Amino acid sequence: MVLKLEHVTKRFGNFTAVDDLSLVIPEKEMFGFLGANGAGKTTTFRMILGLLDPSGGKITWDGQPIDYSTSHLVGYLPEERGLYPKLKVRDQIVYLARLRGMQKSEALSELISWLDRFKIPEYENKKVEELSKGNQQKIQFIAAVVHKPKLLILDEPFSGLDPVNVEMLKEAVLALKESGATIVFSSHRMEHVEEMCEHLCILHKGRPVVHGTLKEIKRSFGKKNLVIHADFPLNFLKNYPGVVKSKPTMEGIHLQIEGEYIAEKILKEIVSKGFIRKFALEEPSLNDIFIEKVGASYE
Amino acid sequence: MNNFWIILFHTYINKLKTKSFIITTLLTVLIVLALTNLTNIIAIFDKSGGKENVAVLDETSQLYEPFKKQVSTINKDIKLTLFKGSETEAEEAVEKGNYQGMIQLGLNKENLPLATYKARSIADSSLFTDLQTSLQQLKTMLAASQIHLSPVQLEKLYEPVSFTKIALEKNAKTEEELNQARGIVYVLLFIIYFSVIMYANMIAMEVATEKSSRVMEILISSVSPIKQMFAKIIGIGLLSLTQLAVFLSVGYFSFKQNMESLKEGFLGVYGFGDIPLGTIIYAVIFFILGYFLYATLAAFLGSLVSRIEDVQQMITPMTLLVVAGFMIAMFGLGKPDAPFITVTSFIPFFTPMIMFLRVGMLTIPVWQAVAGIAVLVATIAFLAIFGARVYRGGVLMYGQSNSFKDIKRALQLTKNK
Repeated sequence: MVLKLEHVTKRFGNFTAVDDLSLVIPEKEMFGFLGANGAGKTTTFRMILGLLDPSGGKITWDGQPIDYSTSHLVGYLPEERGLYPKLKVRDQIVYLARLRGMQKSEALSELISWLDRFKIPEYENKKVEELSKGNQQKIQFIAAVVHKPKLLILDEPFSGLDPVNVEMLKEAVLALKESGATIVFSSHRMEHVEEMCEHLCILHKGRPVVHGTLKEIKRSFGKKNLVIHADFPLNFLKNYPGVVKSKPTMEGIHLQIEGEYIAEKILKEIVSKGFIRKFALEEPSLNDIFIEKVGASYE
Repeated sequence: MNNFWIILFHTYINKLKTKSFIITTLLTVLIVLALTNLTNIIAIFDKSGGKENVAVLDETSQLYEPFKKQVSTINKDIKLTLFKGSETEAEEAVEKGNYQGMIQLGLNKENLPLATYKARSIADSSLFTDLQTSLQQLKTMLAASQIHLSPVQLEKLYEPVSFTKIALEKNAKTEEELNQARGIVYVLLFIIYFSVIMYANMIAMEVATEKSSRVMEILISSVSPIKQMFAKIIGIGLLSLTQLAVFLSVGYFSFKQNMESLKEGFLGVYGFGDIPLGTIIYAVIFFILGYFLYATLAAFLGSLVSRIEDVQQMITPMTLLVVAGFMIAMFGLGKPDAPFITVTSFIPFFTPMIMFLRVGMLTIPVWQAVAGIAVLVATIAFLAIFGARVYRGGVLMYGQSNSFKDIKRALQLTKNK
């Protein structure tokens, strides 16, 4: 059950939203989609779901195109949340679950277990418009997963939630992955992707600029972060050869360096100058990679 | 159960449960009940039991009896009382409300009757007219006897001229039938007009609500937009039939109950006594087709807007089409055989009302009715195919979208190239 995108392109008139995107998303994995606003994430999701036809290339899941005959295996959490405001949570979820081929009684028991899990069982008979935004989002999430999909597409699942709820939702997503679902999700929040995804792809203007497993991406990026806290001025390091970027902090300096060997050189240089409180070589964060890759093409 | 049926019944049952639907249905049922019981209701409000009291001041003391006789032949509900008092006393009695009005009878120089009628207000013209007609007849009788005409001669003078209308065309409707048809066609036209506007609006709102609440994106990822669109149209169609069935059955039974009193009343004039079966069948056909035509149009127009506030603006052109059709039909009621009516009855957007008007009022060749239905069905099919494509793209389109350019954009979205 591999989800495959082969040279997928989508044009709207003269505007190219997605440009020659090829991806392989293995079964039972969590795949992260990163990208600035308008990078083509939602368009890609809509094509995966079959809501839009690609202008070129093809998308297959387990060798088959995704269409309405497989829709009961697919769950979708759209970026723009949408539920019937006037409908009770229970009617709403049961209706949407039945459209995904579920029996009414089964949908009900599934709904109740999800509501319990999110600690909101009292909302079963409330209208959606009466709920807070965060709770609406939980209901929206339930709507996407209630029919136990094999392929789950989550467009910005954590936006607009408080940290407690983000944790709750993350756990739920991870549990779904454990139970065998393939999950594709997009986010602006790098740390979520970093924390949860094995594979990821950074889209920029419809093109994949970075693609692969998290480890590979970080390794191939090469650059490292160096954090130094010391009692003497460190500003001279700004222009040190091999330093790409620098940012002074209250206690010292944050540097981005070309490789480990630069750190060695710097350490030798400063060790005689005084007391060093902290000298830490760190892997680049996804945030750095994103800013570099996406920011670079802005210039 | 198939997704199509799930959506259909979901739409139907949810709409059925809404407060606004229940309230409009109840209100309309009340109106239907009120209309069919009109005579009874008028009777309740008439304190004097329908009798109207009029005081008669007879200065001649010979006119009262013959006048009373004349009045009773014209309207049994007018009760005349000979007032034995002065004019001012009579006026006071009228002002107090003891009488509806007073009439002073006298004779002029030529010995013919003359009269003055006084009432608190002269808004009630029917009482006045009845009194005047009675007095006119009395005057004619008196004048005739003055010039020594025998009753036979008099009768000859007043005998109405014989004048009959005959339609030469075979099967043409007689005058009586035509009047009858006019009434029933009038009512059915109203039903078609209101239902089409109301339910087409409901569909456009329904689609726009799903779109603006963004639930649409989830829906179309599980069910194809085309299936959705038709399930919705048929679901609301069932709703409209349910509502109509309630109205018609309430109307029918209430009508049966009050049959006698209504036959005499104004409804009798419009010939609801016996409605020809053919007219009813055509009414149902044109109602359903008209509904589908405008419902499809409304669904795809509704799919183009992203905010509910824009719905009205978007469907205004459609509403105007319905209104135009209704106006033409109203004109056609008086002149159903005008060439203009014949032509417009083949324009699909007008066919439901105008072709129905023609089959109801004229005896047109069957092929014409069938051709009208065929044109209508073809247009519906075209709109359904075209509309479904627009709908498919339209539901994914957000942002400032309330112009007809968006139809093009929506179509572009569904294209593969």
